[in-house]
Parts: sequence; C-alpha cells; structure tokens
Amino acid sequence: MLKNPSAQWLQRDRVFDFLVPREVEGLDLSHGTVLYMEGVSVSFDGFKAINDLNFYVNVGELRCVIGPNGAGKTTMMDIITGKTRPDTGTCWFGQRHNLLRMSEPEIAQAGIGRKFQKPTVFEHHSVFENLELSMAGPKAVWPTLVARLSGEQRDRIEEVMQTIGLAEDAATLAGSLSHGQKQWLEIGMLLMQNPLLLLVDEPAAGMTHQEMDRTVELLSSLAGEHSVVVVEHDMDFVRALNSRVTVLHQGSVLAEGRMDDVQNDKQVIEVYLGE
Amino acid sequence: MFLLRILQGDRSGQLFMLVLIATLVAVPVMAALPADHALHLSSYTVTLLGKYLTYALLAVAVDLVWGYLGILSLGHAAFFALGGYAMGMYLMRQIGDRGVYGNPELPDFMVFLDWQELPWFWFGMDQFWFAMLMVMVAPGLLAFVFGWFAFRSRVTGVYLSIITQALTFALMLAFFRNEMGFGGNNGLTDFKDILGFSLQSDSTRMGLFIASGIALGLGYLSCRAIVKSRLGRVAVAIRDTEDRVRFVGYRVENVKLAIFTFSAMLAGIAGALYVPQVGIINPSEFQPLNSIEVVVWVAMGGRATLYGAVIGAVGVNYAKTWFTGALPDAWLFALGALFVFVTLLLPRGIAGLFRRRGGA
Repeated sequence: MLKNPSAQWLQRDRVFDFLVPREVEGLDLSHGTVLYMEGVSVSFDGFKAINDLNFYVNVGELRCVIGPNGAGKTTMMDIITGKTRPDTGTCWFGQRHNLLRMSEPEIAQAGIGRKFQKPTVFEHHSVFENLELSMAGPKAVWPTLVARLSGEQRDRIEEVMQTIGLAEDAATLAGSLSHGQKQWLEIGMLLMQNPLLLLVDEPAAGMTHQEMDRTVELLSSLAGEHSVVVVEHDMDFVRALNSRVTVLHQGSVLAEGRMDDVQNDKQVIEVYLGE
Repeated sequence: MFLLRILQGDRSGQLFMLVLIATLVAVPVMAALPADHALHLSSYTVTLLGKYLTYALLAVAVDLVWGYLGILSLGHAAFFALGGYAMGMYLMRQIGDRGVYGNPELPDFMVFLDWQELPWFWFGMDQFWFAMLMVMVAPGLLAFVFGWFAFRSRVTGVYLSIITQALTFALMLAFFRNEMGFGGNNGLTDFKDILGFSLQSDSTRMGLFIASGIALGLGYLSCRAIVKSRLGRVAVAIRDTEDRVRFVGYRVENVKLAIFTFSAMLAGIAGALYVPQVGIINPSEFQPLNSIEVVVWVAMGGRATLYGAVIGAVGVNYAKTWFTGALPDAWLFALGALFVFVTLLLPRGIAGLFRRRGGA
C-alpha cells in the first residue's frame, strides 16, 4: 500500500487498482493456509488495540487464542469479519480474497463464520428458524422471498439440531433458551453456514462443566474439515482443546505453540499466567 | 388457491378478510335501502368509510416496516401524499375546459400564475394508466433513493426516524411553493370526474369505496406473504439483531431497501384512493403530524400483526370523526388519553387482547 495515493497513478509496473477484478471466484487454499494477517495495526483514539499483528491459520487447524483483557482478541475478530478496518496491514482469506475490501456479508458468504462473545441469536424466532436463516445458500432479496425448504435442507437442519442437542426444542423461541443453550444454538448457526473458517469468541462462558466437555468434543470434531479459531479465557477449556495456542498481548503475538510450551514461556508467565 | 395459501394458519387474518368482504357486501346493500330505513347509509358515510379504508392501508404499510423491520418511519404520510398528488394530477387533467378559466390544456392555478405551457412532469398524467404507474413509481423512487443513502450509511433507530420526519417536512415546504407546479398552498382540487364517471355521483363513490376495500385486502395479503416468507423472517431478525444478520451473510441494507420501497408504494396507492374520495390534495398532507398519527394508529392497534394496524386506523379515525363532531375541543385530549391508556394498559395494542385470549 502506497502512502501517497497519487503515486499509484504513476506506477507503470502494475494496472490501476480499480481494474483488478475485485472478487475472484473460488477460494484458493493451495498453500495450506486459510488466513493471513500481516502487519495489522488499528488504533482507537490513539489507543493501539492491535499493534503490528502477524497471525496465520492453517487449513483444518484448531487454534486457541488467549490473552489478558484488552489484548485485542475481539478486535482481531472484528478485523477478520470486516466489522473494523485496520489502519495498516493486510488480511487475506486464502490466496485470493482480500478481506479488507469485502463487506461483512461478503466475508460471511465467502466462508468465514463468527460466534459473538455475548451469545447473539434471533430471539423472536424458533430454534428451527434460527438455523434455517443461517443456512448457506443464496441470500439476495428475491431468492430469499421465494425460498422454500427442500427435504434435504430440512434433514440438514435436523442433523445440526441433533449435534447441538436442541432437537427437542425445534419450536422453542430462541429468546427463552438458557445461556448455555444459546451458545450452542449460535454454534449451530455457524455450522449451518458451513464456513471454512470458524471464529468462536468465548464459547464456554456460562456453560456447566458437562456442557463444556461437549463443546470441546464438538469443536475438536469440527477441526479438520473446518479451520477453527477459539478465543477463550477459561484455561481448563483451552487445555482440554489440546491445540496450538497463540498468546496475544497489547495487540501483538507474544508466544505461539503447544499449551505446555506456552505455559513455561517466561514472558507469558510475566504478563498473563503468573499473576 | 394462491391467495388462500397465504392465509393458511393465520386465523386472525382469515377473520379480518371475512369482515372486510362482509363490509364490502353489506355497505352497498345498506346504501341501496330507502333513505328513511334505519340501516340506510348515506353517501357521506360511504365516502367516510372509504377514507378509513385508505388510512387502514397506509397503516398496514407502516406496520410492515415498523413492526417487522424495526424502521420507525415518521414520514410515511409523505409517500401517501405523493401517491395522492399523482392521482390529483390525473384528476386535474380530466377537468379539461370545465375549469374556471376554461383552458383546455392548463389547470386553473397555472392559468392564474400566467404559465404558458404544461411543465414537463405533467405530461402523460392525462392517461389513467400512466398516472396509476406514477402513483407507485413516485413514492417508490423517493423511498428507494432515500433508503439507498440512509441504509447504506447505516443510519438506524431514532436518527432514521428524525430524518424521515425531516423528509416529509422538506416536501411540505417544497409543495407549498407555487413554482413547484403542484398548485402551491391550495393544492389540487375542484375535481370533476374519474375515468369518465362523475365524482359527485353516489355510484362512483361506492365504486371508490369498493376499490379501497379491495386495495386494502390485496395490500394485507401481499404484506402477509412477505412476512410469511423467509425474507419476512430475515426482516424480523434484522429488527432484533441487525449485526448477527450481517455476519450470517445477508445484505441488511438491501433487505431494508426492498421492504421500505414496497411499503412506500403501498402508501402511495392508499393516497391515490384517498384523494378522489376527499376531493382535495394539498401540502398539509405532508405535515409531520400526519405521519406521527399513523404511527399512533399502528401502536394502538398492535404492532407486528398487520390486522392490528387496520383496527387501529379505523378505530382511531372513527373516534376522531365522532369526537370532532360531538366535542370538537376535546379531540386532541381524547387522542392523548387514548395513547397513554393503550401504552400503559395494552402494550401490545388492541390486537394483543385477541392474541392473549387466543393463546390461552
């Protein structure tokens, strides 16, 4: 990215930006990496929430992101999903999709699903309808108006309801579910989107131990087919996931590796675990 | 049948359609009774009922965007008035040389202003089909352009309401100007006939009443069809948690734009049916207060039910007619009291009463 916009017009070794096709069909994962974030920085009113962050996620990987409050975990997710635009840096989904040029719905359609920190479901819709609305497929106005559920799609919804343990509650309004159940429903909505990359923000919050175990099981089973990034505070939960861990601190990566290695890292102990 | 499928599982909607059809049958019969009969309806009453029906259609349009999409539009009367003006322009052209100045080409107010020729935007308005097209296109286009900017820049909530209010106010000021070419202060009036039928005759008035009833019925059905579709469920989801919808992959601004534009067109049709029945359209129809009143009807009838909007519109307007006749000074107090009463005791409006009973 050039500092001076007019210089772009004088560059003769490349075509103008607006001539470059914006969206290229199909995801290119030939290099085995699904997400690239390089040199990303963003500041809010002078506070650097993300500071020269480099973060990569491999295809089919399960990754945990931990870090103290204000380390920039949620901001990082906001950048990936298009909610926040970084000041500098690049952010690519596969080889071809420049996330910084796409809107939130475009990013979602391309295959990045997100679960919010606070469970966010459609409160006035039933569990079934919540899943139906999240289903992958054409989402423009007209196709949505005339959409009819096919038997196959119905089966898929039933299947996901089984997976998230809400099969009995198909007709229950999402607003009347318990906190843990809402978390599950939101994960179910992610599954319906069938994304390549799942960003899961604090899935274990408000869950009982039993529910937590099932969540661990579910997320582990998703890895492989999908890439999963989990942001979590609960150390037991992270340990149970048994995956690579990235530690964020003040907006950049402090350490990365297996949980045991990270736990023994001096710096990490200093800023986070050793308190 | 397609229409019946829309009403499937919609008990209150079926009841509403029955009542509407019964009214459309009963009113002509009652109007045909001899004048000294107890059940006789005067032509004045028929026109009054027709006016209520157009208000009801406007209320349904507002309920669609407010109740189901969460856009509190305080400017829907502007779309109503635009549709009314399109119809008014057609009716003006129908006057021909029967105006005070007897000019076969120009409406009276243009002769009075010493204009030599018809402004470009009046062309084609002497054709009924073209005018009817404009009844939907003019409000639809305004809503589309307005929504394009507002929804794209993610203006929501109170701010959006204020902008819609400003929109209707700006239009009122614009239409007050004589140079606009819509009759300024006085608006358009002194209509003679529609499609060759005299507007003063009882049969034409009955025809307009029935047309209003059919428009209301079709408007209700089309709104119900939208609400029942997946698009309707997306709309409710937008109302409740807009962000989530965006991250699921829907383009929120496009959904809003489509439904808002459709609603504006419905309001335009309502306005077009309103004008020949009251015989005048002037800039006061753009008054911000009018739009707020529509919202009050919907709130009283019950949000997000569609038929509640009809109950609210007809109920409040009947009360208004009665009060302004019996106790002219008390009307505004009565309206205020009614509103306080409904918000305190019936947060879900009059329709909420039925629903509670039906749900038990």
